[in-house]
Amino acid sequence: DQYLCNLLLKFVKFDSGVLLLSTHRLIWRDQKNHECCIAIPLSQIVFIEEQAAGIGKSAKIVAHLHPASSNKEPGPFQSSKYSYVKLSFKEHGQIEFYRRLSEEITQRRWENMPTGQTIQVNKDPQAGRIRAVGIVGIERKLEEKRKETDKNISEAFEDLSKLMEKAKEMVELSKSIANKIKEKQGDITEDETIRFKSYLLSMGIANPVTRETYGSGTHYHMQLAKQLAGILQTPLEERGGIMSLTEVYCLVNRARGLELLSPEDLVNACKMLESLKLPLRLRIFDSGVMVIELQSHNEEEMVASALETVSEKGSLTADEFAKLVGMSVLLAKERLLLAEKMGHLCRDDSVEGLRFYPNLFMTQS
Amino acid sequence: MSKQLDMFKTNLEEFASKHKQEIRKNPEFRVQFQDMCATIGVDPLASGKGFWSEMLGVGDFYYELGVQIIEVCLALKHQNGGLITLEELHQQVLKGRGKFAQDVSQDDLLRAIKKLKVLGSGFGIIPVGGTYLVQSVPAELNMDHTVVLQLAEKKGYVTVSEIRSSLKWETERAKQVLEHLLKEGMAWLDTQAAGEPQYWLPALFTELYSQEITPEEAQEAIP
Repeated sequence: DQYLCNLLLKFVKFDSGVLLLSTHRLIWRDQKNHECCIAIPLSQIVFIEEQAAGIGKSAKIVAHLHPASSNKEPGPFQSSKYSYVKLSFKEHGQIEFYRRLSEEITQRRWENMPTGQTIQVNKDPQAGRIRAVGIVGIERKLEEKRKETDKNISEAFEDLSKLMEKAKEMVELSKSIANKIKEKQGDITEDETIRFKSYLLSMGIANPVTRETYGSGTHYHMQLAKQLAGILQTPLEERGGIMSLTEVYCLVNRARGLELLSPEDLVNACKMLESLKLPLRLRIFDSGVMVIELQSHNEEEMVASALETVSEKGSLTADEFAKLVGMSVLLAKERLLLAEKMGHLCRDDSVEGLRFYPNLFMTQS
Repeated sequence: MSKQLDMFKTNLEEFASKHKQEIRKNPEFRVQFQDMCATIGVDPLASGKGFWSEMLGVGDFYYELGVQIIEVCLALKHQNGGLITLEELHQQVLKGRGKFAQDVSQDDLLRAIKKLKVLGSGFGIIPVGGTYLVQSVPAELNMDHTVVLQLAEKKGYVTVSEIRSSLKWETERAKQVLEHLLKEGMAWLDTQAAGEPQYWLPALFTELYSQEITPEEAQEAIP
């Protein structure tokens, strides 16, 4: 059921046809003269690759072929210097065809299904050669997969570059707007400034506008601050009214599971706690350690009880104090340092560690 | 600007629909992505509310990693004083993530740590040898401390004589630095070593011998 058209020998190109795919072969049939067609057994194909359409050129599939076997039936040409054929999709269908062709080549169904046709099929009766064919088949698959992956990656990189170009334009635009805002300082409404800040937030562009009323906060951070006040009330009470920002970060994000907060989101929201008159506040110790406290929490009062604890034991390191009181070492140290700053404790800084003693210089004259 | 923003959002959505998986699965692609963002002045990790985070899911990936890093560092702090090599951190984080989690590279860890700095608990990155030490406590480590850490990296410990000969410092300066590291729990003193006392960095131990040590054992080990 396969015909070789003698007329084809006159044609240099095979234009205007229809490409057909079966489990065994690839068939091209002339659109006008249906009796004229040519075919390649799928087993002759080593691998295929896509060529994207461009200006003035159509999308193509390139099929790389094995060298022809000696008993191949005569085809349109005696020989060719190329080891591949290019299938040009003038109208459409390249993507879908490529997918189907890939599948057929991978599945190799022609090996299991006898054709009963006169077509030349690469069937090797010798058992010894079959294993080699199997390995070659695997190699082909790997080759195809590698090409597919490479193609995906290079496409991804291309798309990424294009995206970044657009992002760059956004950055430039935001800079010019920021400049305008700076110049027109008085004329810009608070609302417009807030909106601009939220644009910057969406794009991930650093805020060039000076940090005024809301700091770098936006409506988002205000909402977040209110949410935090709700979420953290109980955990704070359970932890003696104070938690480090790192603890808060972990607690909140573990609870959320998805749509996590960035560290900056957390800090920006916490900076607004006080101004929003929420029952928590952000406190920054001299060391740079940041904590969230309940408004009702009074660290200075806690210092008084810390002094008692230290006096009872004679002296304590931050580790020891932390264990006694059930606090994190980080916060225990901050409390002892604060007590020292307030003059209630003094330190003994030696190789064996930092140890705090009641400040007898103060209490005993 | 809001029109431009909407247009950009659409472009990003398109990109995400095609390549979101690539970002999740491919560490090299993530590096490229981050570098390109940095070049044009965009921080895709600044906020969970940013487009990048919402549409590409980059945010959740790094913020969750941040949580895991904090937890690992906290768990090992009693042992290494708050200093850990990037390799060990990497190993521990991978262990915690389980075998079905996405691959995480050292570059990913570094980026997550840089974001954690803003929380004020002393996260920092110190280059040593060909790698990095990750600091997770608010200890003051100046150039002198860093240089001694780098010197100790080769063998896991350092002596006063080595510091004097390699860095050409006075004994007093070397001792000050070493004592500071001892106080912070980042270095342990071995007075029984042949010759002179050796100052060991537990952060560098794992290559030599990895042993789980409880806080009590750690306490006893400190002179």
